[in-house]
Amino acid sequence: MALTGLIFVGYVLAHMYGNLKAFAGEAAFNGYAEHLRELGEPLLPYSGFLWIARVVLLASLVLHVYAAVTLWRRARAARTTKYVVKKNKHSSVSSHWMRWGGLTLLLFIVWHLLNFTVGKVNPQGGPTNNPYQLMVDSFEVWWLTLIYLVAMVALGLHLHHGVWSAGQTLGLTNSVRQRVLWKRAGLVLAVVVAGGFSLVPISVLLGVIS
Amino acid sequence: MKFTLKIWRQDGPQDPGGIRTYELDEVSEDMSFLEMLDVLNEQLIAGDEEPIVFDHDCREGICGSCDLMINGEAHGPEVTTTCQLHMRSFHDGETITVEPWRATAFPVIKDLMVDRSAFDRIIASGGFVSVNTGAAPDAHATPVPKENADRAFDVATCIGCGACVAACPNGSASLFLGAKITHLGELPQGQAERDSRVAGMVAQHDHEGFGGCTNIGECTSACPKGIPLDVISQLNKDLRTAIKHGH
Ligand code: HEM
Ligand code: SF4
Ligand code: FES
Repeated sequence: MALTGLIFVGYVLAHMYGNLKAFAGEAAFNGYAEHLRELGEPLLPYSGFLWIARVVLLASLVLHVYAAVTLWRRARAARTTKYVVKKNKHSSVSSHWMRWGGLTLLLFIVWHLLNFTVGKVNPQGGPTNNPYQLMVDSFEVWWLTLIYLVAMVALGLHLHHGVWSAGQTLGLTNSVRQRVLWKRAGLVLAVVVAGGFSLVPISVLLGVIS
Repeated sequence: MKFTLKIWRQDGPQDPGGIRTYELDEVSEDMSFLEMLDVLNEQLIAGDEEPIVFDHDCREGICGSCDLMINGEAHGPEVTTTCQLHMRSFHDGETITVEPWRATAFPVIKDLMVDRSAFDRIIASGGFVSVNTGAAPDAHATPVPKENADRAFDVATCIGCGACVAACPNGSASLFLGAKITHLGELPQGQAERDSRVAGMVAQHDHEGFGGCTNIGECTSACPKGIPLDVISQLNKDLRTAIKHGH
């Protein structure tokens, strides 16, 4: 769970960097998309790197979701009679949203791939093979932007708890100092990643990127 | 003081049980929560009713028997055990809901009393050190660095009350496990069995039906002894080491 989660963290950081190329204009953005396909050439065939990344991510996703479902089921079996009154005293909102937030992310990932990778669904501009065009067309639709922003809230919450939780799972938070460091890293990553991803759709909607 | 008490009553393990409401008057603010229940029980006995069964022993905050979920908080609103909780922590006229620990691994025996022998079985599966009997060794025969001794002592205060399990949304006993693993793992005497200890205790924990930890942290805020979350990281680290060594 922790390892696959940290693979995702690395991935979303790289992905966010790519998205922010949108601010450098159409050529830079599409150039980056093309660059990803040429990465590793001639050692790897065209798109080779991309396919390796896809296989690793897909395998991670399967393992991550499998672990999440196992934890969920174990928790349900571990307390079959609910409390009449139960207070949560000092835990974060994000820690309680890992499961429903994770499910939100899963649904989002399916939609996201349909939108930009597999289906290239483009409700506004019609079919196109120009990634930049597809992105601008999509985020000019307010409800598509809204879906993205909701998903980014879920991602921010997930990272806020997930990063520090991974530190615990890997046995790297054995003192107060280490605990504070990992908690802070979770907060920073949550804000940077959720914020960084949100910038592009918001900018398109506001007409800053067109 | 006057209280409305909503208390879980259950005749036995098979009985579905339910909340019953009692009124109690003339409670002193200096009574402990258990003394308040004693008074209620006397009132019940006088009225020819079955008294409420609840666990308690030392009434000094050191044995960990007095396991009550009070208004949704393990051991009530203060960071202490139920026997050390006083009625002045509540306000006059308050409605107080009292329930047993809720965990599949802690089945209800009767009313508010649960069976916590799952913890004993976890201890028996590794939470000990094997030493030779006979003449006691010299006190200074095995030096222990101060930092290790301090950490071992701090987590050795775990009294096995089960509040961590009761408070955990996952019903996990990882804080208890971590306290025991860290306590023995910090000391030279605990090294020989370090790998088999963590492997055995975690296997027993899972076998008993406790949930998996997701580091939410409700356990540590419910713990009357303030066992910190880093013992769970230590538990995971020791487990990883044991697996690397082939366990
Ligand atoms: C496919 C959708 C996803 C689902 C269903 C999901 C679900 C979960 C669940 C239920 C946990 C439980 C562990 C806990 O509560 O601490 C978890 C942990 C975690 N997730 Fe996700 N997640 C998903 C996607 C992601 C993504 C995209 C990332 C990173 C960007 C991520 C990073 C993490 C991390 C770092 C942890 C902590 C691991 C640990 O505690 O050892 N997850 N996830
Ligand atoms: S860790 Fe704390 S809450 Fe858990 S059993 Fe030990 S003393 Fe009780
Ligand atoms: S009765 Fe012993 S700790 Fe409360």
